Amino acid sequence: MNHSPSVIEFRKVTKRFGDVVAVADNDLAVKAGEFLSILGPSGCGKTTSLRMMAGFEQPSSGEVFIRGENVTGVPAYRRPVNMVFQHYALFPHLSVADNVSYGLRQRNPKPARAEIDRAVDEALAMVRLEGYGKRRSYELSGGQQQRVALARALINRPAVLLLDEPLAALDRKLRRDMQIELQNLQRDVGITFLLVTHDQEEALSMSDRVCVMREGRIVQTGSPRELYDQPVNRYVADFVGKTNFFSGPTGAEVLSIRPEQIEIAANVNALPEGLMARLPVKVLNRIFLGEHTEYVVASDKLGEFMVMAPRKSEREAGVYDIGDMIAAGWRAEAERILPNT
Amino acid sequence: MLRAYAICVYIFLYLPITMIVFFSFNAGKYAMAWEGFSVFWYGKAFSNPLIMGALRTSVIIALSTAILSAIIGTLTALGLERLKGWLRITFDALIYIAIMVPGIVIGISTLIAFVSVFDLVNPSLAGLGIKLQMGTWAVIAAHVLFNIAVVALLVRARLQGMDRSLVDASEDLYATPLGTFRQVVLPLLAPSILAGFLLAFTFSFEDFIIAYFVSGPDTTLPIYIFSSIRRGVTPEINAVGSVVLLTSFVLLIIAQAVLRRGEKTARAS
Repeated sequence: MNHSPSVIEFRKVTKRFGDVVAVADNDLAVKAGEFLSILGPSGCGKTTSLRMMAGFEQPSSGEVFIRGENVTGVPAYRRPVNMVFQHYALFPHLSVADNVSYGLRQRNPKPARAEIDRAVDEALAMVRLEGYGKRRSYELSGGQQQRVALARALINRPAVLLLDEPLAALDRKLRRDMQIELQNLQRDVGITFLLVTHDQEEALSMSDRVCVMREGRIVQTGSPRELYDQPVNRYVADFVGKTNFFSGPTGAEVLSIRPEQIEIAANVNALPEGLMARLPVKVLNRIFLGEHTEYVVASDKLGEFMVMAPRKSEREAGVYDIGDMIAAGWRAEAERILPNT
Repeated sequence: MLRAYAICVYIFLYLPITMIVFFSFNAGKYAMAWEGFSVFWYGKAFSNPLIMGALRTSVIIALSTAILSAIIGTLTALGLERLKGWLRITFDALIYIAIMVPGIVIGISTLIAFVSVFDLVNPSLAGLGIKLQMGTWAVIAAHVLFNIAVVALLVRARLQGMDRSLVDASEDLYATPLGTFRQVVLPLLAPSILAGFLLAFTFSFEDFIIAYFVSGPDTTLPIYIFSSIRRGVTPEINAVGSVVLLTSFVLLIIAQAVLRRGEKTARAS
């Protein structure tokens, strides 16, 4: 009997490569139907975690469960999960249709030809590539190859779809489009998506939950909002969104204030009511970013910090130039004291 | 100046070969005195039982060599791929050495090896009425010896250029290791295996030195040509030489084309 709602579960999973510990004692439960991202810099163990779920690597210790079944030691070809590879890994000697039907054709007994053809058409339609079946993968654009890789994995209706930095090879504009497409696709097919990325914006914008990793350990798991508003330490606050850190007297703690929570005005008196901090600052740098402007300012007491001013207030208060003496301040709830780790 | 130099080099390189082809169409009976165009000597060569017998022996040897080298060479390359560290460096070096060893050394050493083995086992086989000796099979064995290295080298290069994640993708899509090998690895290696097959065929077909040592009573085409030249060069020999030349040439071009095409699909992935 199994009452676990998790589709994939890590229980105390550790992976060592020689002396290097890639993944250290991780517990992770992926819920059915959710879109979970593992976020972290390169070398944090996120890809190794993904490869252990797929079955390409086996844990040095600990156990992996898929749909409540212990699959530790089970090879990749006997696990009901599928993966979208970073560079898609489409088979160059096969047509798009043969790439997509590859998983179905490995079944024993092999499904009937007509059944395979219908499933392939459906899968290609799902990723908006109708009529591309006869093409070779290398004739397609990067975005199209990506969608073939998705169709090739989703046609098997996996318990979990694993995505290894799927958008890293795409250009910026296409990446935005694919983010939205991936989200829609996940909602439509209702399959659990597990995405690995180093791009915090990608993780925050697409996922139901994000798992932040560092040096092989999970630092924090939560909704994008939780991670942004209630980071457990300096590392998470720094990795998820931009923030200012002011070191505390002991060094064990830091004060974190998000740049968009800092108000600026021409002088201290022009700042709104109810702020707990008000200080004169000097503008050191200004970067115009369209809908908002990023200032680097410095105060005598706190040193340099960053302010994100929305376009609206700029029109009211005017644009400040480098070298201007202005004022900055923030409300009590903007301050967050975090462990300095 | 440089161009004139280049032209001289090419004349020096290709004139003798052109001469052979040219005089193979000679109507007269002397190799070097032109008496008009004719394909008479080709007809004569192809109806000469000695030449046809030698051709048959050569084709059997070349084909067997190519098949065996392609299989063993591919397996060697696949095996080497799994080795690491100094073991791999050693085996890599041994493969290059196998290619660089002069034919005469392979000829002499295989001759000595075969003679020693035959001397050792023939007394015990005598009771069964079997007697091992030099001949077609000895030539095949000696040719396979160094053509394994040729195939292994070509397949190795292709394996190293192959995207490892294709194998992962295949296993991720439920293909067993054997299924992955059959459906992904083998098709991707096919161009290099075929090119290796063709090269092995060519090297074996035109080899004289190794065959001279170990062919025993059997006569390959190059050996036939060598022995008949001692009785003087005839247009018939020129005709045979031209056929050998054409065969080698065509096979090498096909091998090159196959390799190029394979590289193109590999890059495109």
